[in-house]
Amino acid sequence: MKVTVTVNGSQVEAEVPDRTLLVHFLREQASLTATNVGCDTSSCGACTVLLDGQSVKSCTLLAAQADGRAVQTVEGLASGDDPDAMHPVQRAFRAEHGLQCGFCTPGMVMAAVSLLAENSSPTEEEVRSALEGNLCRCTGYHNIVRAVLAAASENQATAASERQA
Amino acid sequence: MSILGTRVVRTEDPRLLTKGGTYVDDMRLPGMARVTFVRSPVAHAMITGIDTSAALAAPGVVAALTAADLTDLGPPPPDDGSGPNEAAPLPLGGPWSEPLLAVDRVRYVGEPVAMVITDERYQGEDAAELVSVDYEALPAVVGYDAALSGSTLLFPAAETNVAISGGAPADDSAFEGCEVVVEQTIENQRLAPVPMEGRAAAAIWEDGKLTAWVSTQNAQITRFILSGVLGLDPGAIRVVAPDVGGGFGAKVGLDRDAILVVWAAKHIGHALSWTETRSENLLGMTHGRAQRQTIKIGGTRDGRIQAYRLDIVQDTGAYPRMGGFLPFLTRLMAAGPYDIPNASAASTTVVTNATPIAAYRGAGRPEATAAIERAVDLFAAEIGKDPADVRRMNLVPDGKFPYQSPCGPVYDSGAYTGALDQVLAGAGYRELRAEQARRRERGDVLQLGLGVSSYVEITAADAEGGETAQLIVHDNGTATVYTGSSAHGQGHHTAWAMLVEAELGIEMAKVTVIHGDTDLIPLGTGTYGSRSLQLGGVAVHKAAVEVKEQARLLAADLLEASESDLELDTGSGTWQVRGDPASSKTWAEVASHAGDGGLTASVHHTAQPTFPFGSHVAVVEVDTETGKARLIRHVTVDDAGTVLNPILFEGQRHGGIAQGVAQALYEEVAYDADGNPLTSTLVDYAAITAAELPSFELLTSETPAANPLGAKGIGEAGTIGSTPATQNAVIDAVSHLGVRHIDMPATPERVWAAINAARGTL
Repeated sequence: MKVTVTVNGSQVEAEVPDRTLLVHFLREQASLTATNVGCDTSSCGACTVLLDGQSVKSCTLLAAQADGRAVQTVEGLASGDDPDAMHPVQRAFRAEHGLQCGFCTPGMVMAAVSLLAENSSPTEEEVRSALEGNLCRCTGYHNIVRAVLAAASENQATAASERQA
Repeated sequence: MSILGTRVVRTEDPRLLTKGGTYVDDMRLPGMARVTFVRSPVAHAMITGIDTSAALAAPGVVAALTAADLTDLGPPPPDDGSGPNEAAPLPLGGPWSEPLLAVDRVRYVGEPVAMVITDERYQGEDAAELVSVDYEALPAVVGYDAALSGSTLLFPAAETNVAISGGAPADDSAFEGCEVVVEQTIENQRLAPVPMEGRAAAAIWEDGKLTAWVSTQNAQITRFILSGVLGLDPGAIRVVAPDVGGGFGAKVGLDRDAILVVWAAKHIGHALSWTETRSENLLGMTHGRAQRQTIKIGGTRDGRIQAYRLDIVQDTGAYPRMGGFLPFLTRLMAAGPYDIPNASAASTTVVTNATPIAAYRGAGRPEATAAIERAVDLFAAEIGKDPADVRRMNLVPDGKFPYQSPCGPVYDSGAYTGALDQVLAGAGYRELRAEQARRRERGDVLQLGLGVSSYVEITAADAEGGETAQLIVHDNGTATVYTGSSAHGQGHHTAWAMLVEAELGIEMAKVTVIHGDTDLIPLGTGTYGSRSLQLGGVAVHKAAVEVKEQARLLAADLLEASESDLELDTGSGTWQVRGDPASSKTWAEVASHAGDGGLTASVHHTAQPTFPFGSHVAVVEVDTETGKARLIRHVTVDDAGTVLNPILFEGQRHGGIAQGVAQALYEEVAYDADGNPLTSTLVDYAAITAAELPSFELLTSETPAANPLGAKGIGEAGTIGSTPATQNAVIDAVSHLGVRHIDMPATPERVWAAINAARGTL
């Protein structure tokens, strides 16, 4: 079937087998390989992307279910890999050493972006609870949690200074 | 001020955060087809027939291969008739030989039986279902006792299920003078490593050269294995380790599955790629731990430990790979950080119808620490003393280093008592004990448990094999490091660039670090056993020192000065005549003067193992009605010598601690009585999540090691310390109810059962 998805602002149109998973559509048809597959039971969250702004596990949706909709992957967050061009969450992950091997990172970052969109100043417990569906084997989550909290306070500070201005 | 010891954020991160890494599954080779394995669904059976004809007729199928197709391999290494030998442990040959694809017998669920190759990924799963394999079931050997009984043999020609054994014979006279003797059988359960990226390989055969991209911890060892199995000259093989999504010991070299992918690329002349699913990973990637331990500890009533004995049965799964070697490391470290006059250990390694065992974060050492740390707590409980006090009384005193352990190794350096006192103070141990007493007094449902562990471990156990580094300072003033170490999350690229900047003053941004490509780095060993910094890092450092000495001669020539008057200003990266800053030459100028495009130094650094140490305190709350245990604080001192980059050092500790807590409380690979795996997805295998952990409290202690960087290894220490601390904490929480031991993982069911057994209400 023909599927058309707006991925990171660009339209991607492809003829794919009906059973194609969204994550494979992103990796194969859209050639965006940052989003990884870490399990086959929707348990690990490595494939987390935003679908119309909501975080989803892209291994659990058919590409067909994203037809006509907008997907954002980690490749769509920053305007380049220059540290200054990164999204506040990406910058915080780097500053706090919130990644090691990098495999869970794209999904983890998108889950964090989604969390902060819903709750701009989460507590540590709320961050841990929100990331329960995203596994990381390297960091013990310690610095991931710190990164999300740091990104939240950076957002708060930015919002406060914008209000003052 | 040197950059060493400062908090430098990673150079690796911008790429990983914005574009994602390039893992094997991200490779796109021309005409690439996909490999899907047909795996045994039964634990133990004879194969009486394989029919691939239906699969071959399915859409998109390029080939379907079985053991009958393995006709173009090199001859197997000759059996030298010496029998099992711990010095050359993997894999065992002779009657224990492990095939690439099952020939006439399968020995574990998940064992590769056939492979199908298809144009597209999804076609492979369909076609694999069409391969028809006839199995004639055999009784499954599940667990230690079934293996030891020998009533069913996995390898009839071997005439036993015992693959290897070793150690010191038991000597009960050691316990004769002891006022108190405690014995306990402990199970150190089977675990799955679960790197977030499973196993993966891609390969292409072009113009007589085989190129393989493998998710591995060491490209050079991978090439060595491939060269042997495929019968190809090493020069005809290029192995690349691209980004690797975690390894934890289970990606040392490469497994038979990945060997088959590389073989098939050559056999059918087709670019191939394979990335396992998580279910395959939980069945096919080697597991870790799996020891049944019997401990015996004896001493005086006032707390002095006089004798310790550890007897191990190691389950090595269906084939004796590295699992046969792990008990050697357990035995070596059996006495732990204690000055025990009489300590010994022995082990018996058996095969069972389960996934083969190999290294998993700590690889034999966490098992040693888990055993003695339980023993010390049992001993302390028996004599009614605080376990921290018993530890302090028995730790190797500072004045005894280097310390000869009765189990073999010589511990290089340490301040064991200081680490214990530091962690107790940092945790507020006395106040926690008071809070525990209040809760006990009130009979609270939520009881507090304090777990202490002290450890010493061995890192770079194979330091005599060393590690390589080549450093080139180019004539434009930039530098390239080629390292035999192999990064898979540890931050080597950042650390090695820091070493170059520190020694030469070439800023990190101008230093490129390359690893994991045998065409560029033919000689190297890779990353495992917490060996990288103390071997690979020191090799980089020594290469920088060597380049500096070469440069001194060139700068002297350029500046028409005596070598002894020259100095390198590492702040600006320029050579100067001492006392005359105006006379300065940049690295570009000096390296250009060398001709040949720059300056080069190659180093193969060998050393001796080092012995990191520390102490952990875990604080848990246990719900005495449900048995649920929750870690609420974890405080650690992990002394691995001088710290190069605290950010990386802490990251290694965090990850290690979490994996240890996971073993203590949650994770376990389980089989039913027929050898069917019960934990073959991440729904069933309880990989630890953020919601189950607190933030960790890390304290600092640095006792330099005797190498130029003062470094010991830190990759596994967190796991080694945190596992017994957490287990001890759970038992401590309910010890006032009469509980003395609970095996790992301390699940609510087990804790509840232990409480009720002690109360006599079960």
